[in-house]
Amino acid sequence: MKFKEIIKLLEIRCPGGSAPIEEREAVLVQPDKWLEIAQILKDDPDLTLDSLMCLSGYDKGDGENLGVAYNFHSMSKLHKLEIRIEVSIENPIIPSISQIWKTADWHEREAYDMIGIQFDGHPNLQRMLLPDDWVGHPLRKDYETPESYHDLTIPKDKTYWE
Amino acid sequence: MSEVIKEFGAVSAEEMSINMGPQHPSTHGVLRLKIQTDGEIISKIEPVIGYLHRCFEKHCENLTYEQIIPFTDRCDYIAAMHMNHAYVLGVEKLMEIEIPERVEYIRVIVGELQRIASHLLALGTFGLDLGAITPFTWMFRDRERILDLFESLCGARLLYNYIWVGGISHDLPKDFIKRTKEFVDYFEPQIDEYNGLLTENKIFIERTADVGVIPPEVAINFGLTGPQLRGSGVNWDLRKNEPYSVYDKFDFDVAVGDGRMGTVGDCWDRYYVKVIEMWESIKILRQALANIPDGDVKEGIPKKIRPAAGEVYSRFESARGEVGYYIMSNGKPKPFRVKMRSPAFCNLSIISEIGEGWMISDVVAILGSLDIVLGEIDR
Repeated sequence: MKFKEIIKLLEIRCPGGSAPIEEREAVLVQPDKWLEIAQILKDDPDLTLDSLMCLSGYDKGDGENLGVAYNFHSMSKLHKLEIRIEVSIENPIIPSISQIWKTADWHEREAYDMIGIQFDGHPNLQRMLLPDDWVGHPLRKDYETPESYHDLTIPKDKTYWE
Repeated sequence: MSEVIKEFGAVSAEEMSINMGPQHPSTHGVLRLKIQTDGEIISKIEPVIGYLHRCFEKHCENLTYEQIIPFTDRCDYIAAMHMNHAYVLGVEKLMEIEIPERVEYIRVIVGELQRIASHLLALGTFGLDLGAITPFTWMFRDRERILDLFESLCGARLLYNYIWVGGISHDLPKDFIKRTKEFVDYFEPQIDEYNGLLTENKIFIERTADVGVIPPEVAINFGLTGPQLRGSGVNWDLRKNEPYSVYDKFDFDVAVGDGRMGTVGDCWDRYYVKVIEMWESIKILRQALANIPDGDVKEGIPKKIRPAAGEVYSRFESARGEVGYYIMSNGKPKPFRVKMRSPAFCNLSIISEIGEGWMISDVVAILGSLDIVLGEIDR
């Protein structure tokens, strides 16, 4: 299926839930409609996007929005789709799709760990790579490296970096 | 006897919590498995990762595009060439640059040599986990020859920094093609020896056939890729289905598990797919070595690597599966965001699903067949 046909299909099945980002070939989805649209992506016989290739959380860098990019792929129909969801930094809640694509389980935990997005309905939303008592989410653009961790001083020598 | 039962009630086994790792020889790195067992049978298994976390993605945001390449080496240190290539592929897609054909051929040659080296390590340590020591030493002996070839190529044996954006760091040394041909001729019969030693070994089959079966739809749902997905009988290989580089010019088959010793998708299938893949890699190597064109390997390297604003998701078939790079650029010399989709990360996540109900010794077999590298999982 071509990108334009996918947009049309999504508009018919779930009106008002999604808007195309034309120059990027991606679809921006409203967080409250995401679960409904996700189920359509998985189950619709023309779409059957059965494989979630990648889930990347990102900080938009404007101090207001966080986002998640989902890259889907259909093993049988061989088409791809990128979904974007953007939420405000004060209230970053996105419904979890870990029950639909199990790949999302660990990836959502990683996005929570690194960016601080809350995935609503995730069975076990804990830190994935960092220790449980770590403060802050390192991949946010306004993150500041802590001075110390458990009495270990973190050196701030940037001689070889800049 | 009856008094004992009166005193203690019916016999019931108490659940026990066991930590496997972080320091354990069969976890292939610093992986910790929290295991709940009922006697010897596992009722719950939960992997804990992050012991090797090195902030790869955070580093990327502070480095220029070309400075990131040595960091990708250290993600999957068993198949560092693949990591270089996967990242470079993403940047090249973002910049839309043409690559000279000789460079593409060299990338394919080193990529397939690396695939053989990586599979040799995977298969050898898999046998070692199950108690077979000789195959491990034989496979390491042959892997050593590939590392020698790489050493003559770029001076490094493990972490190469060889594939650059738009080109490679060094052209092939004078006798590289001759030596690689000699290696290929030497190596092909060796695979039969491994088969006699390990693949068809009765004890090995008993330990792996029908163990840890992953049905194809579960494998896709969990995002398994590479030999682990093909072991479940799914015919999917990015080299064939979405050819990058010059893979569309070569004639080779995709290895798929067929349940020869038990059920489709068991540990033995995942093992044997890697054996067949070594044969297929040899096929590709022979064709690439015979047809490699002449040319300058550095003419495609851009003077300045500064992609226009935009984002790209690129996929690469490494020895462990699909390495994806989601790169966001805002037009500056440093990337805005780099996300690495690590194949072993997804492959490992399935262990809590399929590990239940097996014995602890079987989990060692399942873990070995999933072929994980912790450097890449934790990044």
